[in-house]
Amino acid sequence: MRAFTQHQGLVAPMDRSNVDTDMIIPKQFLKSIKRTGFGPNLFDELRYLDEGKPDQDCSQRPLNPDFVLNQPRYKNASVLLARSNFGCGSSREHAPWALDDYGFRVIIAPSFADIFYNNCFKNGLLPIVLEEKIVDQLFQEAEASEGYQLTVDLEARTVITPSGESFGFDVDDFRRHCLLNGLDDIGVTLEDAELIKTYEDQRRQTAPWLFGAGQ
Amino acid sequence: MAGKTLYDKLWDDHLVKQRDDGSALIYIDRQLLHEVTSPQAFEGLRLAKRKPWRIDANLATPDHNVPTTDRAKGIDGIVDPVSRIQVETLGKNCDEFGILEFKIKDQRQGIVHVIGPEQGATLPGMTIVCGDSHTSTHGAFGCLAHGIGTSEVEHVLATQCLVQQKMKNMLVKVNGELGKGVTGKDVVLAIIAKIGTAGGTGHAIEFGGQAIQSLSMEGRMTICNMAIEAGARVGMVAVDGTTIDYVKGRPFAPKGETWDAAVKYWRTLHSDMDAVFDKVVELEGADILPQVSWGTSPEMVTNVTGKVPDPSKEEDPIKREGIERALKYMGLNPNQAITDIKLDRVFIGSCTNSRIEDLREAAVVVKGRKVADSLKQAMVVPGSGLVKAQAEAEGLDKIFIEAGLEWRDPGCSMCLAMNADKLGQGEHCASTSNRNFEGRQGFGGRTHLVSPAMAAAAAIAGHFVDVRELLN
Repeated sequence: MRAFTQHQGLVAPMDRSNVDTDMIIPKQFLKSIKRTGFGPNLFDELRYLDEGKPDQDCSQRPLNPDFVLNQPRYKNASVLLARSNFGCGSSREHAPWALDDYGFRVIIAPSFADIFYNNCFKNGLLPIVLEEKIVDQLFQEAEASEGYQLTVDLEARTVITPSGESFGFDVDDFRRHCLLNGLDDIGVTLEDAELIKTYEDQRRQTAPWLFGAGQ
Repeated sequence: MAGKTLYDKLWDDHLVKQRDDGSALIYIDRQLLHEVTSPQAFEGLRLAKRKPWRIDANLATPDHNVPTTDRAKGIDGIVDPVSRIQVETLGKNCDEFGILEFKIKDQRQGIVHVIGPEQGATLPGMTIVCGDSHTSTHGAFGCLAHGIGTSEVEHVLATQCLVQQKMKNMLVKVNGELGKGVTGKDVVLAIIAKIGTAGGTGHAIEFGGQAIQSLSMEGRMTICNMAIEAGARVGMVAVDGTTIDYVKGRPFAPKGETWDAAVKYWRTLHSDMDAVFDKVVELEGADILPQVSWGTSPEMVTNVTGKVPDPSKEEDPIKREGIERALKYMGLNPNQAITDIKLDRVFIGSCTNSRIEDLREAAVVVKGRKVADSLKQAMVVPGSGLVKAQAEAEGLDKIFIEAGLEWRDPGCSMCLAMNADKLGQGEHCASTSNRNFEGRQGFGGRTHLVSPAMAAAAAIAGHFVDVRELLN
C-alpha cells in the first residue's frame, strides 16, 4: 500500500451532509473487476447532467456547472472537505477507490460512516475527523480564498491552515502505523499465524460445529 | 464487575490477540462471497501468491447482477456483458480455490443474506463477514456479523481474521406488543427515524424487548439487516427458542451430540442481566404504525397516516436544506399526505424482505384483489431458489400472478438495480428494500421504503394506503 506521511493540497468544499456511497460511486460502475479507473465516475450523478454508463468516455459528457468539483478553482483538489456522516451506506470499497483515483488523498469531515472510514485506510487515503466548528471554519476559509490549501501531517496528527493555525486530530495507532509505513496489513496479521492456528485448534475442540460444515 | 453484553461475549470468544495499540485480531467463522466485492480480493491473493486460510469457512453465490427472468439460460441469460464477466469471474475464482458456490442455476442460489440462514451456514455465536453492508442481517441469530470492504475480504480469505477495534455497546429496546399490520420493517424504520442514520455509528446494536422477542426469525433479520442504515455495522438479537427452532435440521447445522453441545452453548448467547450499555434507546411497540419513507435517506420516514414534512418549520439550517433537497428530488410537496403519493412501480424483494414470511404477508393483502391499472409494474422477487420453491408449494405465486404481480427469479434485483430491473427517471416506487438514496434503484428513481404488506397494499391502491384497512 502507498504510504502516507505528509500532504499539502488544494481544498474542495462539498457542503452536504450524509453523502452516501451510491452518490460517491453509483452501482453501474461496481461491475468492474479492477481496482482502478473509477475516478471519472466519482460523484457521477452530481457531476454530470446525463446518466452515466460503464466504459463511457466521460470527457464528452455534459457537466453540471453547479457541482463544486466542476468549478475551475477546485481543479486538481486533493483534500476534500465534507460534512457529517460522509460515506454512509454500503461497504463498497469502490467509494475510496474512486476518490483516490480522482486524486484525493485526504477527506476532512465532522464524522464518517464506519465501514467507509475503515476502507479509506486500506487505500492510502486519510479520513480526518475534526470538530464541527473547526470544519465550519475551514469551509468558510476555503470558500473565501481561491487556491486555499491545507497541510496534513500524519506523524504529528495535525492539519495546518495557510495562516499557520494548527488543529490536532485523533487516529488509532495501528491504522496510523500501517499508513505511515505503507504496510500490507495481511502481512502483519500473518506474523501471528501460529497464534491463529492455536486459536483454531482450540475451537475445533470446543466448538466443532464451526468447522467442515457443508463440505 | 458488571456482566457482559451479547457483543462482549461474542468478541471475547473470537479474540485471537489483543494488541497493545488497542487493535485486536478477531477470528472469522464464516465469510459469504458474492460477485461484486470479491474479484479484486481474489486478484490480490493471486498477486501476493497467497492461498485461502480455510476453504470451508467460505460460501459464495452470485446475487447482485443476476437476471430475475429466463434463468434456465444460466449465465448466458445475463444480457449486460460487464455483469456477465463479474458472475463468471466469481465462478472461476471459486473453482480455482475450491470454494463452495451456489451457481446461477443451482436452486440454492439466492441473496447471500437469505441463503446463509436458510442453509444453516449462519449459526448462532458465529462471527460472519461479507463484502456487503447488510451482513448485519445475520446478527438476528446472535452472531457478530458485519459488512467489510474488499481489502478486508482479501484479509479474511488470507488469514481467517480481521483487525478490529472494539465497538461500543448500544441497546435498542422495543417494549410491549406490536399492533396489527405492523412488522419488523416498520419497527426498524421507526428506530432509524428516531435515532437517525448516524445514531448507531461506532456501536454494536442489540435489539431487545418484548416486541423483538415476539418476532419470527424473518422479522428479526429484517431489523438487523437495517442496523447499518442507523449507522451501526452490527445489529444483534439474543438467542432464544425461536432461534434454535429455526436452525434445527438445516443442511449446515450440526446434528446429534454436536447439536446438543452447540445448543448448550447457544443458550448462553444473551446479555447478562447486569450488563451495562453505553447507550440505551427505548420505543413502545404500541406507538409504532406502518411506516413510509418520503425522502432520500432512511431516516426520512413517517407514519402512513402522516404528512410530508414542511422544511419551513425546521429550525436547523442543515436539516432544512436536506429536507428541501430531498423533496425536490422526490417531487413531493410540503404537507402532502403520505396516502396521496402516487406510485409507478412496486418492488417486493431484497435482503431486507424477500423471505417466505415476507411473501406470505404480501400475499394475504393481494389475495383476491387486483393491482391498480395506474401502475407500470409490480414485481415479487423471492430471496432464493428455495424461498421461491416454498412459496410455489404454498400457492403464493398463483395469488401474486392472479392479482397482476410479476413472479420473478431470485436475486438482489431492483434493490440496487445492478441487473436489468430498475426505475425510470422520476418514477415513484413502493419498495421493501433498505435504501432510498438518490439514484439507488435507477437514475432519477424515487424510492419509498415500506414493509411487504404495505407495498402489497400500495400495489392494489396505486398509492400509499394504510394496510390495516385492508386487513380488517
